[in-house]
Amino acid sequence: MQILVTGILLSGTYALIALGLTLQYGVARIMNIANGETLVAGCFIAFWLYVSFTINPILGLFVIAPLAFVLNWLIYEVALRPLVRRAKNRGQLEVDSILATFGLMFLLQGLMLLAFGGEYVNYQFLAERFMLFGSAYGLNRVVAFCAAVVIAGALYFFLYHTRQGTAVRAVAADPASANLVAIDVAKTSAMAFALGGALTACGGALLSTFYTFNAAMGIAFTMKALIIVIMGGVGDVRGAVLAALMLGVAETAVASLIDPGLTIAATYALFILVLLVRPQGLFGRRTT
Amino acid sequence: MQRRTFVTLAVSAALLSFTSGFAYAQEVVKIGASAPKTGPLAGGAAVTHWPNVKMWVDEVNARGGLKIGDTQQKIELVEYDDQTNPENAIQNIQRLATVDKVDFIVTPYSTGINVATAPMIAQHGYPHITTSAATDGVEEFAKRWNNSFWMLGTATQLAKGAVETLVKLRDKGDIGNKVALVNVTDAFGMELLGAAKPALTDAGFELVYEASFPLGTQDLAPVISSAKAASPDAFVAFSYPGETFALTEQAQIQGLDVGAFYVGVGTAFPSFAARFGKAAEGIIGIGGVNTDDPKVKDYMERHQASAGQGPDFWASATTYAGLQVLEQAIEQAGTKDRAAVVQAIKDGTFDTVIGQVKFQNNVNPNVWTVGQWRDGAFVAVAADGIEISQEPVKKQGWE
Repeated sequence: MQILVTGILLSGTYALIALGLTLQYGVARIMNIANGETLVAGCFIAFWLYVSFTINPILGLFVIAPLAFVLNWLIYEVALRPLVRRAKNRGQLEVDSILATFGLMFLLQGLMLLAFGGEYVNYQFLAERFMLFGSAYGLNRVVAFCAAVVIAGALYFFLYHTRQGTAVRAVAADPASANLVAIDVAKTSAMAFALGGALTACGGALLSTFYTFNAAMGIAFTMKALIIVIMGGVGDVRGAVLAALMLGVAETAVASLIDPGLTIAATYALFILVLLVRPQGLFGRRTT
Repeated sequence: MQRRTFVTLAVSAALLSFTSGFAYAQEVVKIGASAPKTGPLAGGAAVTHWPNVKMWVDEVNARGGLKIGDTQQKIELVEYDDQTNPENAIQNIQRLATVDKVDFIVTPYSTGINVATAPMIAQHGYPHITTSAATDGVEEFAKRWNNSFWMLGTATQLAKGAVETLVKLRDKGDIGNKVALVNVTDAFGMELLGAAKPALTDAGFELVYEASFPLGTQDLAPVISSAKAASPDAFVAFSYPGETFALTEQAQIQGLDVGAFYVGVGTAFPSFAARFGKAAEGIIGIGGVNTDDPKVKDYMERHQASAGQGPDFWASATTYAGLQVLEQAIEQAGTKDRAAVVQAIKDGTFDTVIGQVKFQNNVNPNVWTVGQWRDGAFVAVAADGIEISQEPVKKQGWE
């Protein structure tokens, strides 16, 4: 039971890490290598708001989300739009966007180093005992998990039950055809990228309540997000959530029952297994 | 992301020209530094390494510079980021030696990068005073690279210190025989584990839970809950800062009831005490300094003033001491000749913040090995060859 709960809590964290990227990669077709840096930036801003203005990280989300949305929109318009225009096909856009966001990664990392230095940072927020089925869990993790559920639920509602969301899914499925049915693909892509960035930054803000972070550790998050996105099926929110759940529970089970040293092995074993059985990811659509 | 910092000389040069003659005042000692500003070890280096380099250069220059023969020469520092990458570090050293033509270098940061750069540093004949490398290889390395000096002790010393501390607590009746032992799976964690495990069994401890986890794991709830299920009397983790914080937080949340809680590296960081507050009281870990020593006290105050943050309670003081050794050796040798300075380090005795340093076969044998948080300071409770600050006590709960 404890394994299951710990695993599910962990999967909430993973979902937060991956949801943003699944939008950015799946819809806007931008393979955002700076995803982890966006997340760490979210961590730092939440930390800064908390320490300097005693704004608690949950309220901080209401500052961080719009800020990240606007910034990511600008990044898309300034740095990535030209690439989208130039790209002749999806493959070329992927290569170009990887290179561009690679640069963005260094830029963000440098800015964070400048602003916050290279030290390890963490702070105490809701690091209290939360009893569930007779075992103790960190309240901050429970809160982050609940927020992940709310965010994923809202995202699901938006994508599957609103007009705008349907447009986003249409672009994810086939940008060329979406254009034919009067969807503004350019605007929808920009929106998806910005929304993805905002989600990632919010994830960072929530993670910062229980992770120790520094300016240089974004890449670890990018890797994790990438695995989850590919496992879940590119551009599918349900897939990303399911993949996050699988990874979270599998890692915790392996760490508790076998050996904590094998968690990474478990992650990749599961990853390979999924790719062998469903190369397009859990919810991905077979390319025609 | 390479950056150079040039120390401005104009004002001081003008002042000095009255006293020691203009020609002398213009001569400077160029010192090169390559260490992480980015990458996985940037966090550690920003606490332990860079603030000491800056403080030392500022202090020496404020005194008017290094006394070399009958001249006084200011230090000009050239800094590079090695991105926590040994290959970059080697290139940086090469560049410092051949392009910047620095007179001396500051040690790189971390065991791995010090060992990786040692051949290149040896090739250029620079004295290489390592202050952030704790490994059992030091004697062999010291023999292989005659110009290298090792100040932070060995993995065996650190592990033995940990075991001695547990034995002391057991003899006082504070803890029983059952130990949970976990480690990070990299060279550092494995080496300490390799030294600690036989020492624990020899001392009659029973290992009730053993586990290892990869570097960068922050979700350590399963480790603590499994350890808790084995109901140990003492918990020992050889971990890096990220894991150290995560393990401690989980132990606090899950209420891991042990009389001795040992974690580290990272326990000695001031941010550890800031993060855990009262719950940090009684936690033991790698490092510790003798905070009763007025020299250490003074050093900590200067560090706070210079960097706006306190030093860590382990390698910070050693790092500064290493720079003091370099400074005193250059002044004793009275020349910028590298071989002469290497010889001066071998022969000399140096008065530093961590006490008298006298190398034996290029290794500093006297180190603090275990510290314990007591009233906001991480005091040395175990040491090899030098005085400890206080005797270890039992950890009293997490509240």
